[in-house]
Amino acid sequence: MSLSTFRFGDGNPQYDAQGRLRHLLNTEGLREPEMLQILDTAESFLSIAQRSVKKTPTLRGKTIVNLFFENSTRTRSTFELAAKRLSADVLNIAVSTSSASKGESLIDTVDNLMAMQVDGFVIRHPEAGAAHLIARHLGDSALVINAGDGQHAHPTQALLDVFTIRRLAGPIEDRVVAIVGDVLHSRVARSQIHALSILGCPEIRVIGPQTLVPKELSALGVHVYHDLQAGLRGVDVICALRLQKERMESHRLPSLDEFHRRFGLTPERLQWAQPDALVLHPGPMNRGVEIASEVADGHQAVILQQVAHGLAVRMAVLTLLAGAAGGGENHA
Amino acid sequence: MNADWDVTTLLEGMVRDLRPRVDPEQTAMIGIFTGGVWIAQALHRALGLKTALGQLDISFYRDDFSQIGLHPQVRASDIPFAVDGRSIILVDDVLYTGRTIRAAMNEIFDYGRPANILLAVLVDRGGHEVPVAADIAALRLNAAAGGQIKLRGPDPLRLELLTSPRTAS
Repeated sequence: MSLSTFRFGDGNPQYDAQGRLRHLLNTEGLREPEMLQILDTAESFLSIAQRSVKKTPTLRGKTIVNLFFENSTRTRSTFELAAKRLSADVLNIAVSTSSASKGESLIDTVDNLMAMQVDGFVIRHPEAGAAHLIARHLGDSALVINAGDGQHAHPTQALLDVFTIRRLAGPIEDRVVAIVGDVLHSRVARSQIHALSILGCPEIRVIGPQTLVPKELSALGVHVYHDLQAGLRGVDVICALRLQKERMESHRLPSLDEFHRRFGLTPERLQWAQPDALVLHPGPMNRGVEIASEVADGHQAVILQQVAHGLAVRMAVLTLLAGAAGGGENHA
Repeated sequence: MNADWDVTTLLEGMVRDLRPRVDPEQTAMIGIFTGGVWIAQALHRALGLKTALGQLDISFYRDDFSQIGLHPQVRASDIPFAVDGRSIILVDDVLYTGRTIRAAMNEIFDYGRPANILLAVLVDRGGHEVPVAADIAALRLNAAAGGQIKLRGPDPLRLELLTSPRTAS
């Protein structure tokens, strides 16, 4: 079964017929009550990291597979730690795309793991729709969490970002948020936009060069800026994006220096935004390209808090999905 | 049917029973959400305990998590004192199957190793399914399995006996 035969938009495979959230594939189509339940539950998991025993027995006896077809340090390790802190057993499988193309299809790989009685998959894949494909294949026999698929979606990153904004900048309903950089190639930006709009963010801006900001975004109610100074004016939260160097073969930028000169976040430019505006970055950072070291290490950056929040949010997502698998109600 | 127990009188009885067993300088108290926290707040005040009150949400420790899933509203557990070596009074509103207390004790031990735990409840309604017993109970009943005893609050606190069939444990 090839990914190219897969179509989006037919139904919302994240929810089952009873309206329970069974998979987390995208922030698009996620309903507000479940999103709020994930964020509220994550608040409870944050404090567990301060205890002498940093584990709960919640997923005891469950097995979660981290199936990564793309490199990742932060996402994979926080998912692994999240599952372990919930007392689940974790199987980490890193598949290089070349060995996958050697023969076994994605579905075959999943079926083999299902034969080992696993309970859930956290999947990262370079092709958009990979997690959807697995979720549709598995139905309610195992939970599926999308940990990044191509340029499509990265829902747990977006959830940890809105969690961070909510905790550190206050109610999303009255904050202006700007997403800065390579929006075109960014699954993080797409998922952030959906999460912010579901939570009622009154003004979402994207700022970047014309070649790196898709025009369709204004149709989603997003304000598009190609000038950093104009775009940052009055902004409470700045979400920097990693410049996807490895996806820049198509010559959309003259040079990284040119990008930094026009869109790099420096201490001087931060002053264009609200005083003490928060600076988020999903990592890994290209210091001196999209973000200057003085900003990355400065008092407005909350990048390491994002990592801690990511662990709590992933524990909350695993708990909510695993709870629904037992037939439990999970909507607020 | 609403029973006309006076919660204030029941609380006074609990304070009387607890007083000889606590040292206000040392003893700590933990209430279990939601009703247990209400009771614990009243007891904590009346006993003049110096250690800040702890609050426990046992959602992540429930033994029926894989059957019933996550509680729609999980609150953060907050134990604002070192548990190691501490004498702790664990407070809940209604003791029924005992499973909540088991889960609460599991969670407390993830914070540290207390010197001892004493269980104080407003109502012990019987029907225990695990060997858990209340050290102090203001009211001991032998309620029918179909009935439900519920503490409403926080202000005023009201104890209700509902005779409708139970829908959840």
